[in-house]
Amino acid sequence: MSKFRVVHYINQFYAGIGGEEFADHKPEVREGVVGPGMALAGAFGDKAEIISTVVCGDSFFNENVAEAKKTILDMVKKANPDIFIAGPAFNAGRYGVACGTICEAVKEELNIPVITGMFEENPGTDMFKDKMYIVATKPSAAGMRDAIPVIAALALKLAGKEKIGASVEEGYLPNNTRVNFFEKERGSRRAVDMLIKKMAGKPFVTEYPMPDFDRVEPNPAVNDFKSITVALVTSGGIVPKGNPDHIESSSASKYGEYDITGVNDLTAETYETAHGGYDPVYANADADRVLPVDVMRDFEREGIIGKLHNKFYTTVGNGTSTKSSKQFAAEYAQKLKNDNVQAVILTST
Amino acid sequence: MVKEIERAGIPVVHVCTVTPISMTVGANRIVPAVAIPHPLGNPSLSAAEEKQLRRKILTTALGALSTEVDGQTIFEVK
Repeated sequence: MSKFRVVHYINQFYAGIGGEEFADHKPEVREGVVGPGMALAGAFGDKAEIISTVVCGDSFFNENVAEAKKTILDMVKKANPDIFIAGPAFNAGRYGVACGTICEAVKEELNIPVITGMFEENPGTDMFKDKMYIVATKPSAAGMRDAIPVIAALALKLAGKEKIGASVEEGYLPNNTRVNFFEKERGSRRAVDMLIKKMAGKPFVTEYPMPDFDRVEPNPAVNDFKSITVALVTSGGIVPKGNPDHIESSSASKYGEYDITGVNDLTAETYETAHGGYDPVYANADADRVLPVDVMRDFEREGIIGKLHNKFYTTVGNGTSTKSSKQFAAEYAQKLKNDNVQAVILTST
Repeated sequence: MVKEIERAGIPVVHVCTVTPISMTVGANRIVPAVAIPHPLGNPSLSAAEEKQLRRKILTTALGALSTEVDGQTIFEVK
């Protein structure tokens, strides 16, 4: 049997072009294997061959979706693969969204089977898990070794148009499609096992997880800004120069609260970003580009808003867990309430 | 974070570049920004033009906060 033809999609980082400063890299196609494709090729053995690798910068993709999609679709069409593999993207948000978006396009428009891999908290997961097979990975590239064999095995099945089993068998994230299979143990036995584990305080895995419908109803609109205090909050990591509280550049474990009484403009000498997930050049030169204190002060002076709150809250939204972010915000939201802040502008990079 | 602020009872607007992410995390009032490394700026403009652009985005943000919404809404910057 001839080998399956594979096209692999990766970002600028995994292609070895560079980090955030190269995130604007335009789509390009390279012959054969690049970066993590090496491990994939190893897992495929003689069953499949990566004929080409498409490389695109994460910022370029997300800021120019239509153009990136069109260019990459042309590249994939030319290569005419049996399967298209993107990533894995782990917990990299823009990379995950790019992988999902391009996979969806390849599947819908070229009718070629697709597969990608992500950590369950990657925003791309919720957006695309019911549209394609997304293999569950660890949050960081340290999970590459575990992810590759699972992706490769499922990719071969998809390319060969074999029957795909349930998510627990194949290792993809549950996609709301029910697949029947026979458990080794009968239900009563599994239920009792689970109960015993629960009573012993040991971890157990439910077979019927509750869906996560965590939505918050919008608050009523603000009637009159002239009499109220508005606060700025950011996940873009803006901090006083020197990052006094040492907020981590990724997977932040804390948030900062900083006083901006008398500050009318953030300058390169006074503020910077601690964020390690985007090119910091522009924010370091003028942090108002992320935390717009200058214009908010103008609004205050012109009487458009009553007052800009004298404190801002900031953290680094880069691989930071949903749990931490939730906890940070729940805490400072109470502070904002106690300080009678009546509206918040939250900026994200 | 947007959701926790909203949950605390404070109206909040999310200004961000990748709006699909904002939709996924559950922000209710969303204003699209310029670019990931400079959401409220554009280094290729003059300082004055850039500040004008920032003002326009923030005016849209205040507009979003003063608009009643019934679920997730994206407010384009005009």
